[in-house]
Amino acid sequence: MRALTSLVGAMLEAWQEVRVHRMRVLLSLVGVAVAVCSLTTVVALGAIVQQSTQEQNERMSGRPATLNVSAYRTDGATPDAAATDAAWRSIVERYQVTYATRMLSTSQLVPFADGAIQVGTQAVDQPYGEMHRVQMAEGEWFTADDAAQLAPRLIVNEVFWHRMGDPPLESHPVVALGGQGVPGAASGISAGGVTAVVVGVTPSPNWESEPSMFMLADHLQAMQDATAGERGSAPVAFDPYGGGGQTQYEMWVPPELADQLTPLIERDLAAALGDGVEVSVNRQDWGTWEGDPLLVTKMVVIGIAVLVLLLGALGLVNIALVTVKQRVREIGIRRSFGATAGRVFFAVMMESVVATVVAGAAGVAVSIIVVQSPWLRDVIGQGMVSDFPPFPIDAAVIGLIAATVVGAIAGLLPALVAVRVKVIDAIRY
Amino acid sequence: MSLLELREVTRTVIPQDQPALTILNGIDLTIEPGDHVSIVGRSGSGKSTLLNMLGLLDLPTSGEITFDDRPVRSYSSAARDRLRGAGIGFVFQQFNLLPGRTALENVTMPLLYSSGRTFWRRKKIAAEMLELVGLEHRLSSLPDRLSGGEQQRVAIARSLVRGPRLILADEPTGALDLDTGQSVMELIDEVATRTGAAQVTITHDPTIARRARRHFRLDRGVLTAVDDPSLEPLTRRDRREMAPADDDPAVLAARGFGADPTEDAALERGDA
Repeated sequence: MRALTSLVGAMLEAWQEVRVHRMRVLLSLVGVAVAVCSLTTVVALGAIVQQSTQEQNERMSGRPATLNVSAYRTDGATPDAAATDAAWRSIVERYQVTYATRMLSTSQLVPFADGAIQVGTQAVDQPYGEMHRVQMAEGEWFTADDAAQLAPRLIVNEVFWHRMGDPPLESHPVVALGGQGVPGAASGISAGGVTAVVVGVTPSPNWESEPSMFMLADHLQAMQDATAGERGSAPVAFDPYGGGGQTQYEMWVPPELADQLTPLIERDLAAALGDGVEVSVNRQDWGTWEGDPLLVTKMVVIGIAVLVLLLGALGLVNIALVTVKQRVREIGIRRSFGATAGRVFFAVMMESVVATVVAGAAGVAVSIIVVQSPWLRDVIGQGMVSDFPPFPIDAAVIGLIAATVVGAIAGLLPALVAVRVKVIDAIRY
Repeated sequence: MSLLELREVTRTVIPQDQPALTILNGIDLTIEPGDHVSIVGRSGSGKSTLLNMLGLLDLPTSGEITFDDRPVRSYSSAARDRLRGAGIGFVFQQFNLLPGRTALENVTMPLLYSSGRTFWRRKKIAAEMLELVGLEHRLSSLPDRLSGGEQQRVAIARSLVRGPRLILADEPTGALDLDTGQSVMELIDEVATRTGAAQVTITHDPTIARRARRHFRLDRGVLTAVDDPSLEPLTRRDRREMAPADDDPAVLAARGFGADPTEDAALERGDA
């Protein structure tokens, strides 16, 4: 019971002190509030930068864990694409992999108003968009039904779209692929090429100047098959659909299963493709990078935050010490009315803690407003972050804990000074 | 059974690089419940140190202090603080109200160190105590909005709010005019009589000292019982310490101080 009344009493004393000297407290705590705000903001922005970096890494090499699968013949020849595809599909079904894609880099001749140019093309399966966090500026990523459409669907980058004249996607803008047609073709590929429909636009970073596009691997396959039909068995002198590249395969699996699945897939695929074919399965996503790729960024961020906080604490200690010297008489009075040394120590300490916690809460609130502002998100994310993390709770907790610790440390010295006050001397003189 | 007893109490300090200095020397004093004692003494006579001892703020170098017949040394430091809070009320010359706190908050302050029902009902108890000293209309007033007499009444209410059994008044009227000083002393006497609390008044003022039933004089650390504090000769230094700023002879005369030319001359020679 006494412990409870002592605690409540000390808190009341501390709060009274903060209330009575609110202007002094306010001024002394501005530094702490700014420091906590900086710390929290830096930690929160760190999380956003981390998310941004992570998303960019995932766009490049997939999310953890992405298994890259490739098959090649030991004699240097290209493996049979159809057989490899079939074996791949069988493995995807066997291991019930939801996210799997083929990837084939090629180029397509695309006619623009200012002339036809070869456009870098990535032929993929529909899950690729989710696996690589493909972000859309306009329209939507391929749907599961798109592969069944006769007219190929395209997702182009902004550079491509601008060269088309920014047509609204609702108008189903079309592009003629393989523009000049196939020399000597009797049918199938018209002189204007295959008509493809643009269904989406990906954002182009500032540095990107060349048009590029995605299309579904099934569509590319169909176009190449049709071209081969036109040519018959004649050697490929000119392929308007960029055939002949080596297909890569990717699957996104739970990271905890990746090590277990790797040898199984390698074994099964090698067995399906027969002798003379080597199969390689490995991870290239950022989850396999040794050490924490963001460690340096984190350390720099934390270092700056701690420095800011220390400066705030230093100012607080300074003011708290001066204040206690001015409050010697008051402390003497309290002692004469029964305040124990422990109680005075605790109360002076609590004053500092109560005040810094209030300042810390204010700092965290300001930080939330700053970090959540759309303007700052645009600046930090540069339009390339799709999943902005919510304000990190740990940043707010770190801010409040830091404020409490700073308050306790800043209160310690004045509290020790307060305990050493000689009561009667303090009161009489 | 005595309330507070000092037996052969001596307090010695050792200043740095100097020989030991005896502040209090063989003090014997017994305070009974309901007692009323005055102690007069010059500056440097050891009044502050004696106040420390009586208020359980310090322990003697030798000798023994008992409170309720129990040696004070047997209490831990925190227990001594709690005993002081519950059993002793201080009234100071400079009122020593906490600045920025209302009269009610000042009187509530000692109750923050209590426990149980007293703690949780502290505001009601404090308001009743302020009513007792006639300040029920000043509960929300800050000290700097109160007159000197009102401030001292708040200080008295604060010292009595926990129902102490001993009231230590340290120059309680030193900052008040004559009339206000008298009325404040009457109030302390009245409340002490009503509650049965013992009073120890430390003062320069023989008029105030004379209100007590027993009188002592502290001189160079030695406490001596005297019949009437005003019979002791007073030096010019005494008068300077207790006199108003203008050193008005009329006021001095009204307080019963006479000049002793012999001591004055000695003081001016620097012998004092």
